[in-house]
Amino acid sequence: MTKNVALLNGVNTHPFQSLDLHHRHLLPAQIVTTKPLLQATGLVKKYGVIHAVSNVDVLVYPGEVLGIVGESGSGKSTVLRLLHLEDQPDAGKFYFDVSNDQSLNLFELDRAAKRLVRVFNIGMVYQHPHLGLRMKNTSSGNVAERLIVAGNRNYAELRLAARKSLQVSEFPLARMDDLPSRLSGGMQQRVQLAKAIALKPKLLLLDEPTTGLDVSVQALVLDTLKRLQRESGVSMVIVSHDLGVIKMLADRVMVMRNGRVVECGLTDQVLEDPQDAYTQQLVHAKL
Amino acid sequence: MQTLDILVPETSGYSYAFLDEFAKRELRRRMLKAIAIPGYQVPYASRELPIARGWGTGGLQVTLSLVGPSDVVKVIDQGADDSVNAANLRRFIVRMSGAQTTTDTTLATLIQSRHRIPEEVLHEQQTLILQVPDPEPLRAIESNISKAREMHGDADYGLMWLTLYEQLVRYKRVTLGASYPVTVHGRYVMSPSPIPRWDVPKLHQAPFLTVLSAGREKRLYAVPPYTDVRPLEFDDVPFRVENQRNWLCFRTGEHNKFMNEIPLAGGNAIYEISDSGYVNKRILKQPVGNTFFDDNAKFYKEGVLHD
Repeated sequence: MTKNVALLNGVNTHPFQSLDLHHRHLLPAQIVTTKPLLQATGLVKKYGVIHAVSNVDVLVYPGEVLGIVGESGSGKSTVLRLLHLEDQPDAGKFYFDVSNDQSLNLFELDRAAKRLVRVFNIGMVYQHPHLGLRMKNTSSGNVAERLIVAGNRNYAELRLAARKSLQVSEFPLARMDDLPSRLSGGMQQRVQLAKAIALKPKLLLLDEPTTGLDVSVQALVLDTLKRLQRESGVSMVIVSHDLGVIKMLADRVMVMRNGRVVECGLTDQVLEDPQDAYTQQLVHAKL
Repeated sequence: MQTLDILVPETSGYSYAFLDEFAKRELRRRMLKAIAIPGYQVPYASRELPIARGWGTGGLQVTLSLVGPSDVVKVIDQGADDSVNAANLRRFIVRMSGAQTTTDTTLATLIQSRHRIPEEVLHEQQTLILQVPDPEPLRAIESNISKAREMHGDADYGLMWLTLYEQLVRYKRVTLGASYPVTVHGRYVMSPSPIPRWDVPKLHQAPFLTVLSAGREKRLYAVPPYTDVRPLEFDDVPFRVENQRNWLCFRTGEHNKFMNEIPLAGGNAIYEISDSGYVNKRILKQPVGNTFFDDNAKFYKEGVLHD
């Protein structure tokens, strides 16, 4: 948790308030007393006879970046879908610091309430832009959609908010009214990111955000993510099979295999000194 | 020589107004539900009629279940009383119910219409029946009908404003010509059938009952008298009707009524008022009722249009 401590400073201010180049002051280390932002326990999800996720616990503190790594089919994307309230688990509880009511299990909410939690508190970036974006709408429209869904009915404000959000995600503003299908892969991911952060959520879920991009674009997108995290202090859960991405972004890492968590710990610790046989294999295969 | 009169079987074999009693009772019950929940689409069993689906069978079934021998029926198609479709429907209704017909809006008790609301203000004793090709306003943004019904249930209409946003970004103005979506009674978003934007404000706090029925899609919905009907709009980009400010009807010399544009050879165009019943009364110098838009283009009710 030691690395986490420094990151906790200043997250009580609203995310993105400090965006105007006011970097946070580093305070001396202190003991973590903050409650976790997100606490999901005992997640189970089966697809027929396949146990996609069995008994997984996820804990994310405010301002923390949690990485989830694992091979294809290990259940990491399913975990993310459960956290995004897209899927209903077969068992498990999900507490999220949304309305000062920590005892509220989000899985028990009805459809409309889930939608509200999702709109106001959680942003999601998918691996495939087709899942996260409306390809027939303009890029700025995609970003403005979040504010429209949240109830904003002022065209000028929507334009401004879309512009700001796209700027934060370092999207070239000259192309803000282009269709996403006419943008490059990196730009599409930036539009997704702008859409995800448009309402300043407390939690950002990233499902393989840089997979499929070439290495230089990948680095630029990761840079944007890192800067965003540093400046806004938003909590992130990032799923990737690329250990480099995890190493660059995550404070803590969770290694999954066959729907179970095989190892969990600080990123440096897990990647430098893996304890589990599978993690060792994974790390050596990569590095 | 064989005429249509010989070929058509005796009407005595049919129930009054063609539909059997059970079908009419079902339709009336559905209408009551639709009136109780303004703007909500009520499914109904759309019956076979001797005209094809898509030619006004929805409106016709509603008319047939409401009509009585003392009713006066007016049927309009795109504003005209004399188009083939309107004439067919009118003849069928009269033949099956013995009701009177008229082209005069002010005299009619039942007005079945396609694409238009008459120019003259309707009163409390009149019922407007609109034929609807596509009752689902969310279809453009959600093609899955089950999802769309969930969205109606959750009043999750945000994406409708996204389509307006897109049009403003691309064309600098809202380009929806007909079927402009409206919120009814502050709850359900409804497609007011393909009436032009010009006619949309006529539904707001209207004294008459409007029943909208889609025969092919098997859905009907209603706007009860004196109900709020608000077109979707942005706070800073208000709803506007078609700009026909300088158009003059070549038959009556009037303006500020909804016009048909008649292109001429050479690129020019002349205009005529789309409501043919109204035009005929003007030409015959008969008295006309109040119209929704007066000569100064002011709407009959204040505060509905923004300028």
